[in-house]
Amino acid sequence: MAGPVLEMRSIVKTFPGVKALSDVSLTVRQGEVHAICGENGAGKSTLMKVLSGVHPHGSYEGEILFEGEICRFKDIRASEHHGIVIIHQELALVPYLSLAENIFLGNEHARRGLINWNDTLRHATELLRRVGLDEHPETRVADIGVGKQQLVEIAKALSKSVKLLILDEPTAALNDEDSGQLLDLILELKNQGITSIIISHKLGEIRRVADSVTIIRDGKSIETLDVKAKETSEERIIAGMVGRDLDHRFPERTPHEGQEGAAPALEIRNWTVHHPIDQQRKVVDDVSIQVRRGEIVGIAGLMGAGRTELAMSVFGRTYGRYAGGTVLKDGKEIRTKTVPEAVGHGIAYVTEDRKHYGLNLIDTINRNISLTALGKVARRGIVDEHEERQVSEGYRTSMNIKAPTVFEPVGKLSGGNQQKVVLSKWIFAGPDVLILDEPTRGIDVGAKYEIYTVIDRLAAQGKAVVFISSELPELLGMCDRIYTMAAGRLTGEVPRAEATQEVLMRHMTKDKEVTR
Amino acid sequence: MSTDVTAKTPAPAPPGGSGSATGEGLLGLVLSGLRRNMRQYGMLIALGLIVVLFAIWTDGDLLLPRNVSNLVLQNSYILILAIGMMLVIIAGHIDLSVGSLTAFVGAFAAVLTVQHGLAWPIALVLCLLVGAVAGSIQGFLIAYLGIPSFIVTLAGMLLFRGLTEILLEGQTLGPFPDGLQKMGNGFLPEAGPSTNYHNLTLLLGLVLIAAVVWQEVQGRRRQQEFALDVLPGRLFLLKLVALVAAILTLTMLLASYKGAPIVLIILGVLVVGYGYVMRNAVFGRHIYAIGGNLPAAKLSGVKDKKVTFYVFLNMGVLAALAGLVVAARLNAASPKAGVNFELEAIASSFIGGASMSGGVGTVLGAIIGGLVLGVLNNGMNLLSVGTDWQQVIKGLALLVAVGFDVWNKRKSGS
Repeated sequence: MAGPVLEMRSIVKTFPGVKALSDVSLTVRQGEVHAICGENGAGKSTLMKVLSGVHPHGSYEGEILFEGEICRFKDIRASEHHGIVIIHQELALVPYLSLAENIFLGNEHARRGLINWNDTLRHATELLRRVGLDEHPETRVADIGVGKQQLVEIAKALSKSVKLLILDEPTAALNDEDSGQLLDLILELKNQGITSIIISHKLGEIRRVADSVTIIRDGKSIETLDVKAKETSEERIIAGMVGRDLDHRFPERTPHEGQEGAAPALEIRNWTVHHPIDQQRKVVDDVSIQVRRGEIVGIAGLMGAGRTELAMSVFGRTYGRYAGGTVLKDGKEIRTKTVPEAVGHGIAYVTEDRKHYGLNLIDTINRNISLTALGKVARRGIVDEHEERQVSEGYRTSMNIKAPTVFEPVGKLSGGNQQKVVLSKWIFAGPDVLILDEPTRGIDVGAKYEIYTVIDRLAAQGKAVVFISSELPELLGMCDRIYTMAAGRLTGEVPRAEATQEVLMRHMTKDKEVTR
Repeated sequence: MSTDVTAKTPAPAPPGGSGSATGEGLLGLVLSGLRRNMRQYGMLIALGLIVVLFAIWTDGDLLLPRNVSNLVLQNSYILILAIGMMLVIIAGHIDLSVGSLTAFVGAFAAVLTVQHGLAWPIALVLCLLVGAVAGSIQGFLIAYLGIPSFIVTLAGMLLFRGLTEILLEGQTLGPFPDGLQKMGNGFLPEAGPSTNYHNLTLLLGLVLIAAVVWQEVQGRRRQQEFALDVLPGRLFLLKLVALVAAILTLTMLLASYKGAPIVLIILGVLVVGYGYVMRNAVFGRHIYAIGGNLPAAKLSGVKDKKVTFYVFLNMGVLAALAGLVVAARLNAASPKAGVNFELEAIASSFIGGASMSGGVGTVLGAIIGGLVLGVLNNGMNLLSVGTDWQQVIKGLALLVAVGFDVWNKRKSGS
């Protein structure tokens, strides 16, 4: 068996307020395909950014050995110089440049600043053939599909004489055919002697291409398993991914089953949504869910499962292209084509990305809270500032938003307090149904508990709550019922009594073949 | 002026400061209030400095009643444009067409009144209507078809300039009827017994002072009613005295010459009205919301397209009004009127605290920015600085103002 090509020893990486990696070690052997898996937020991507120099030497602790040498990369160029190339989830191609131009971007075949087009095109053709892409090198990147773009990224990596190729969730945005082609290519490159690290949570995929898999959980490397060995079953990997103790604390909560017989507060039937650009791809595929008053219903799923896309497309068609399905409120079909319509029917969507979709960061707490329901503090189009201020002061107290006054700009608050502002804003709108998308992402434990308490209070008031989360313990601790999604489809519905992390994870990692 | 009433900053009251204000504490409170609102007060202080400097350099000529009156008349149309431009910039857009549009409306007014002898009030209404139509066409293209505002209004800039020349056939057209002329050059009429001052202007000033004091006291009482923090008593008194003194000074200056210019009254109404809308109306809030974070505003149910549309429609109407004032002041419609007005209005907005990325700015800020440029212009004219150097200095002023803002923001780490 070949010796190690890469060793990462006791890597610790801290962001302000968060320890993203607390102790990760990784050993990759020469010429293997090494998978890294773990839940969302476990620290996989951060680890790869440390390796590739995105987070430069000095910003983390621990050491990296590549080909026996200690490496101190100060940026991506330095790591690429050593033959380590990372392909990110979001592709880094310039859409309006040609394939050839993209492949050699920053690395042009040029003399004295002038590009030698003959060399460029010849070399590009060669590389494209090597990755199995049958396109002319002068085609624009914008004119080919995402799957092919992924191959261009790999061709670009090959042009840099790559020794270690890192792929961060390479198939997340691809359909089955493109995924298959990409995985074949990874195996082909392995035969040519290129070592790969592939981040993925699709267990079928890992079994197909990987030789070994390292599991990362809560910023720690848990174990490395030999994929080809018999005892490494999918269950074994799942156990490694979720095997944490339930040390989060949740408010005491009596489960609500909701009233039987009464129509659900919100029901979504056969909802299908296409990707906004790639219209062949179904991002949400025939999903039906319902939630009753007083009930907290979870939606579990890994990256790319389509949870956010489902929520946003229901909420005023703010994502993708609607391709079918109906929304019922209290048993009656309603129109939710625009956000004002959805809000008018008493639906609120609290976004997972509060900085981009939730808040106006340069404005005050006061004005952020009142924005959605300005009409409530306005008469004939004129806002009563005193009343507005009283309302927001009320939320500052009741939600325990830590700020000296409500005139503090929201951008200056911590993540937890920002989240409380977003929640206040939507609670003030007075909805019957709240769709909460990752409401505790990126906030500390204390603030999480406060948010759980608020959610519990909302349900006790008879509101219907849809709780989307990647943290299974949180869903298990809060929800009365949990739906699971994978690759745009509903893959399970688990009542509180039967829900365990293992059961949910099994539903969440179902591949297409399994569901059929 | 009444501007301070409506566009004041949201009560920067340090909590619990009312009891502990000693003599030294008062100064501390003023300073901390200033520091907290650097953006707002920074430019006001800069304007004050510029005024004082030029007053010294011109041996007081800058502050002669006649010159103050002139200053208002010379800058009124830029200030009118700056108000509309501020809204456009807050919404995250830009409007390059306003200079050409002012010229076009002026030409249209001349054709109506001079060539066809239409009664001036009817012409006035028609002109504002033309502005509204022009603004709404541009607004429609920007908001509903999604063409970038830079492109649409750049096209508008060329288009309206061309239409102006077509309309005037390259000639200058005038003079305007008396009523229209008054919009640009007129003053409040004389009335009452003969004093050394202009009576109506004095009366207006006193009414204004009464209104401002009443408004401030009322506002404070309501805040207390809602059990909210209020400005500490001494600071509040200081603010009132400063406001009254400012209005009184301006009133006396104007009253000792020909009285308040009519255009100043128009401007005052606009500032109060737009300040109120931007601060207190749902519409104003929505403009800040779409400029500050468009995706978040959309997801909050703000009808972003409608808001954008009306912002441009409004800009069209204000450009038409400015066009009438310019034409009336020159007493002629010229194909070369309004050149570079859009740039002056944009510069005013940025000097007054607007941000390139939108979401920030106040109507009062646009006025202060416009006055900074106006006083620079006027002061340099008094000192007979050539237009070549005037441009250089105005360019530097813009750079310094925005540079200071960027530096200040980076320092406070936001």
